[in-house]
Amino acid sequence: MAEIVIKGVAKTFGAFTALHSVDLTVADREFVVLLGASGCGKTTLLRIIAGLESASGGEVWIGGRRVDHLPPRQRGIAMVFQNYAVFPHLTVFENIAFGLRMQNLPMAEITRRVERTAELMHIEQLLKRYSGQLSGGQRQRVAVARALAMEPSVILMDEPLSNLDALLRLEMRAELKGILAESQTTTIYVTHDQVEAMSLADRIAVMQGGHILQAAEPIEVYRNPAARFVGAFIGNPPMNFLPANRGAGGWEVAGLPVLGPESGEALEFAVRPEDLRPAAKGLPAHVKIVEPLGPHLLVTCDVAGHGFRAILESDTSVRTGDLLHLAPLEGRARWFDLATGHSVPV
Amino acid sequence: MSDNATFRRRGRWLTGGSVLLLCAWVLGPIYLLFLNSFSSPSAVTGFPKHWLPSFNLDSLQFFIEFQGVASALWNSIQVATLTMVLSIVLGAPAGYALSRFEFRGKSLFRIMVLMTRAFPLPLLALPLAVMYIRVGLDDTPLGLALVHTTLALPFAVLITFSLFSGIPVELEEAAWTMGCTRAQAFRKVVLPLVMPGITASAIFAFVISWNEVFAASVLTVQHRTLTAFLLTSLDVSPLPLKFAGGFVLVLPALIFIFLVRKYLFAMWGIANR
Repeated sequence: MAEIVIKGVAKTFGAFTALHSVDLTVADREFVVLLGASGCGKTTLLRIIAGLESASGGEVWIGGRRVDHLPPRQRGIAMVFQNYAVFPHLTVFENIAFGLRMQNLPMAEITRRVERTAELMHIEQLLKRYSGQLSGGQRQRVAVARALAMEPSVILMDEPLSNLDALLRLEMRAELKGILAESQTTTIYVTHDQVEAMSLADRIAVMQGGHILQAAEPIEVYRNPAARFVGAFIGNPPMNFLPANRGAGGWEVAGLPVLGPESGEALEFAVRPEDLRPAAKGLPAHVKIVEPLGPHLLVTCDVAGHGFRAILESDTSVRTGDLLHLAPLEGRARWFDLATGHSVPV
Repeated sequence: MSDNATFRRRGRWLTGGSVLLLCAWVLGPIYLLFLNSFSSPSAVTGFPKHWLPSFNLDSLQFFIEFQGVASALWNSIQVATLTMVLSIVLGAPAGYALSRFEFRGKSLFRIMVLMTRAFPLPLLALPLAVMYIRVGLDDTPLGLALVHTTLALPFAVLITFSLFSGIPVELEEAAWTMGCTRAQAFRKVVLPLVMPGITASAIFAFVISWNEVFAASVLTVQHRTLTAFLLTSLDVSPLPLKFAGGFVLVLPALIFIFLVRKYLFAMWGIANR
């Protein structure tokens, strides 16, 4: 049982504020991904949870125990580092056994656990090798095995796949998901890769500028971004944004009357590229580029001087220079406050 | 086009020539030392010279048996060993702190470490001698070792700094998360990885002390180190003996420096990977 509770954790480096009073609760056995661009504070938050960095304020609780004043070794965590941090002077076996030896476990138990986790990570044939004789992917496996062997209540992962090549990353991603689900540990996973986040997480916490903007299930983060940044960061291509004007009968976007929220603030209209369909009445879009991607067409156009992308059925007949009318699907348009960037419900 | 080629060819000649000159500058004297140490005394003073030594050990043997050489050698070893230990015990923690911790005045500290080398020893010699006589450190291996340590320490700090910097901090952090205290992580992870470099740094400190002659001459009287002894005795010795003494002095330094060359490059940031 290891619920992680982060209460008002802040971190400043001199004049720079890396974290502004962050709150987050991770349920027992939950897989939470901290997602954000580099410098958003996600790694700092992870390191504070691990105890590798001290917070400037706030509390960290793991499994009902306040841990922010404890050294890493007393927090019941295991961590996987971006550059693997496999000890070069020890064999793979000794690397995996390292944490177990520190716990003074009997030799038979150590051997059993090392062999079991090695088998789980498919590195049982590498146990006698040194890290210098391993490929990047194999080192990654050792690093994960080393964390799992400790049977921690919490596993912290700092961009564990980002140093792998694309194909290997895909393979490891699926494998990690299965293994971690089975291990029943609470996991916090830091990444800047939105696809990784979407595919792995029970919940994604999107971070920007030292704040958690939204912490919700992947599909919720995708469908209903709580902030403009979230919509723009997640999704490839990202959400489209257009300024909205207050017309005679309500909101107008690029001259098209649109049903919008009752709000006195200046708003922005947003829609995901795949939520657009050609229609008789829609946003007037001048087609600039057409990219047939196989399963669909990626169409880049210009709507009232703003860049705009739509993903259309691959059999749609559209050519550069055409004028399309694109209408958002029912219930898929989103609105954001222009000043604060917060989402505004319809 | 052809101008460019000519230019490049000249550049190559220039580089090659310079390298050759520098090698000759260093290797020439060493060769002569070697040649004459292993020649019979008559061959050293005689003419014409031979390119190869006759491997006659008379000069060397005479030198080894020369009154005072053995005890001077023993003093040198004592002082150099003390210097080596002190430099590492003091220098390695400083190197570790420089590489791992952020603190106010860090860059200034690094420059100050180097600046100690810029301070001329002769200026310090007299006050030091007076002070040593007062506290009873004069003419002792420890007293001289302390001075040699101040000479060797900057190098020890800089070499160990680059060693520790070469070890990813994540390795230590991983050890902390796996149940180690800071000290345990250092002992189980960092130390095994830096040991070869620490050894090299220690050897370098040994060589610095071994080669040092000025402080050794000023601060010792009865307990001369080999360099100080040779400086005073060899002046009045016959030529074969001078060569033998020079050879005995140069040989360990040469071997040691050759063994640790990789780490000396690392000190100046020229990675030799």
